[in-house]
Amino acid sequence: MSEPPGSDFLLEPERYELLGDALANLELSRRGFLRTGGSLVVALLLGEAAAQQPPAERRQRPFGGPLPREIGAWLHVGADSAVTAFTGKVEIGQNIRTSLAQVVAEELRLPPARVRLVMADTQLTPYDFGTAGSQTTPMMAAQFRRVGAAARELLLDLAAEQHKIERGSLRLADGKVVGPEGKPSVDFGELTRGQKLVKLIDDKIPTTSPDRWTVAGTSAPKADGREFVTGEHRYASDVRRPGMLFGKVLRPPSFKAELLSVQTKDAEAMPGVTVLHDGAFVGVAAPTEQAAVRALAAVRAEWKEVGGPSADELFKYLKEHPGAAGRGFGGPSRSTHGSIKEGLAAADKKREATYTVAYIAHAPLEPRAAVAEWADGNLTVWTGTQRPFGVRGDLANALGVPAERVRVIVPDMGAGYGGKHTGEAAVEAARLARAAGKPVKVVWTREEEFTWAYFRPAGLIEVTAGVKADGTLTAWEYHNYNSGASSMRLPYEAPNYHVEFHSADSPLRQGSYRALAATANTFARETTLDDLAHDLGLDPLAFRLKNLKDARLAAVLEAAARQFGWGKAKAPAGHGFGIACGTEKGSYVATCAEAAVDRDSGRVRVVRLATAFECGAVLNPGHLKNQIEGAVVMGLGGALFEAIEFAGGKILNPRFSAYRVPRFSDIPVLETVLLDRKDLPSAGAGETPIVAVAPAVGNALFQAAGVRIRSLPMVPRGLKQT
Amino acid sequence: MPGIKELHVNGFRRALDADGERSLLSVLRDDLDLTGCKYGCGEGRCGACTVLVDGLPTRSCVTTAAAAAGKQVKTIEGLAQGGKLHPVQEAFLAADALQCGYCTPGMILSAVGLLAREPNPSREDVVRALSGNICRCGAYPRIVAAIEQAARAMKGDGK
Repeated sequence: MSEPPGSDFLLEPERYELLGDALANLELSRRGFLRTGGSLVVALLLGEAAAQQPPAERRQRPFGGPLPREIGAWLHVGADSAVTAFTGKVEIGQNIRTSLAQVVAEELRLPPARVRLVMADTQLTPYDFGTAGSQTTPMMAAQFRRVGAAARELLLDLAAEQHKIERGSLRLADGKVVGPEGKPSVDFGELTRGQKLVKLIDDKIPTTSPDRWTVAGTSAPKADGREFVTGEHRYASDVRRPGMLFGKVLRPPSFKAELLSVQTKDAEAMPGVTVLHDGAFVGVAAPTEQAAVRALAAVRAEWKEVGGPSADELFKYLKEHPGAAGRGFGGPSRSTHGSIKEGLAAADKKREATYTVAYIAHAPLEPRAAVAEWADGNLTVWTGTQRPFGVRGDLANALGVPAERVRVIVPDMGAGYGGKHTGEAAVEAARLARAAGKPVKVVWTREEEFTWAYFRPAGLIEVTAGVKADGTLTAWEYHNYNSGASSMRLPYEAPNYHVEFHSADSPLRQGSYRALAATANTFARETTLDDLAHDLGLDPLAFRLKNLKDARLAAVLEAAARQFGWGKAKAPAGHGFGIACGTEKGSYVATCAEAAVDRDSGRVRVVRLATAFECGAVLNPGHLKNQIEGAVVMGLGGALFEAIEFAGGKILNPRFSAYRVPRFSDIPVLETVLLDRKDLPSAGAGETPIVAVAPAVGNALFQAAGVRIRSLPMVPRGLKQT
Repeated sequence: MPGIKELHVNGFRRALDADGERSLLSVLRDDLDLTGCKYGCGEGRCGACTVLVDGLPTRSCVTTAAAAAGKQVKTIEGLAQGGKLHPVQEAFLAADALQCGYCTPGMILSAVGLLAREPNPSREDVVRALSGNICRCGAYPRIVAAIEQAARAMKGDGK
């Protein structure tokens, strides 16, 4: 009964030799699946094409071809009929705990509350590359649809066989398999008959089509919502372990400062205090946070500082200090077609402009935090990170222990926005816990979170464009320094273009931030387009539509314009209207803005924002709307006033009293239009909705006040009109 | 440093042995394991640490434990009665007024404090009263809607 591995087949759990690591990772016995009665596990194997990580080493099997090594998603049906889905993804407020439960519930014909998710625990859940890049919906939800469908088909098979009933007359309803006129009616758990069944599947299982969804596609409420409004939910920073100490780490006075000497005698003398000095790492652990702060203050250190450029010199610095060979996330770093020279020569109107984008901070409300506990050489760390398996590897390396001895658990987090891919607090807590011989909690202060994490890259963008009087683009030359390549590709038709990303030696630590460089690149592009439309005397919407061949982008533009009432009326005195659009990660956004400027005070007010968004088949309209609104609000901050100030290797505004983030009083009227394309695969929505806010508002300000702003943030101190 | 031996929290006298200069936030979270109030900024500017002290929304991160001695402290854990959620909690759930949820306890208690002194708040009243609370996930419009809904529900109950 040999069947080719990688296709559908039922497997006794002990056939470990067939799948090696992938099945061992399932580690059935450690999960207690075998504790009572029977169980059914359905797991989806990822082949080379589906795997997101680089192909692992392949094992040959008798039937030839590469063997899938990773299991992406699995589902467990217990003897008690409880349905549990396991994923390495992390819940950061984007509500995938809810939407993933919905897609499983859809296939099993259950209410979503009947599906429980176990997430982001390196000991319990499959490997995952990280919760980032808007990939959960297109990849993980798709996998769960398949395992859910496979589980359904298997339950029907089992019921047909066990009850000697024609399979076609059976269906799933409310956690049971039911026959004609409700007889027989068999709980899922009964069907395993005390056996431990494991079904491994590949990508080819058909799933319920979105136009027939009754559970997915609805605005199911937030899973476990009650625990958040009662304070019951424990974030990583709330975890408490017996005997736990509080840890603090000595920070340099400025970036790249060198530790010359350190004296820890006074700190060591304090009761209950452990001090760890290991190379450049100096940290303390103490029975209370207050004692830890005092112990750290008692450490005397001498540093050699190197200083650094200031924010004023930044953009010149970026252009003059190239980084390692250009590698921008989100797209090829260079793309050329035709001749810019000829394109500009053919143009009736030309525009040359330079845009700058500041470093900004993610500022998640929960700062980095970790609790680390050692037991018999095994390390467990509770922490807020978007990459639990990545951080497990980081811990193994930093602490010199095998990864198998490290467990990372990520409770639903206090946000990330791309800013928590790294595990600094986890490593710090683990080091201190090992030194102290007790669990240690490290929670970064807000100052530390604003200083020692990483920022959204700053950017310098230079654009040269040409357009004919009839409104068609003739040339588009575009250079992005440091910010990145996401959305650098021009979505409009242009016969001659050159688009290039130049990496730079960033003076500040930088990394992923919601939508990456798409915000900067969409701002530069959509502002330039607005200038060109203005030069030609063309309506900005009509000008865009004329040059767009992407029907999905055109659709959101038209939907936003319709919702906003674009073209219906002129803006009142001191007000202006603006429009912008963008696409990234397979989803599409357009935003229309109304902004007002007070001529005397220069105070800018965003009055109204209408956003249209399309991401294929929508899993949860209510939560999608929340994500869009949240991204738009966040985008307002980066558009209007957020900026990291720095000089001499120090951050000058590392606190909320000095770094302004959007608050209740900043919120305009927000209107959201969802285009639900059930005929298209579901795409992610965590990032793209942020990208059109800044240019839409900037374009509105231009109309309101006649002032063109080419820097983000646009109006940190209001708008002075000459 | 004078010690604090007791705090009145959520209707109970809780025995303690804490340095009175420590923040109320730290004593509630670390000594009493009431982790609903959160650390967000340490300077009273984000509202995540909000608790009620004698009914007034208070930033516990910049309030000493000593300052709360002898007063009635209410945390998010003390809001639901007998397993029944407070109308503000119900409203937050119904309006989906949260994403990551970290700001939520502080938001809810700030709202409870507002509605206690102003049962009929205008939208401007809500915005002004909550201006010290940050929601980085941007759930602001739904938080306002939740508070307005809770105000209506609480008037309807005759509370």
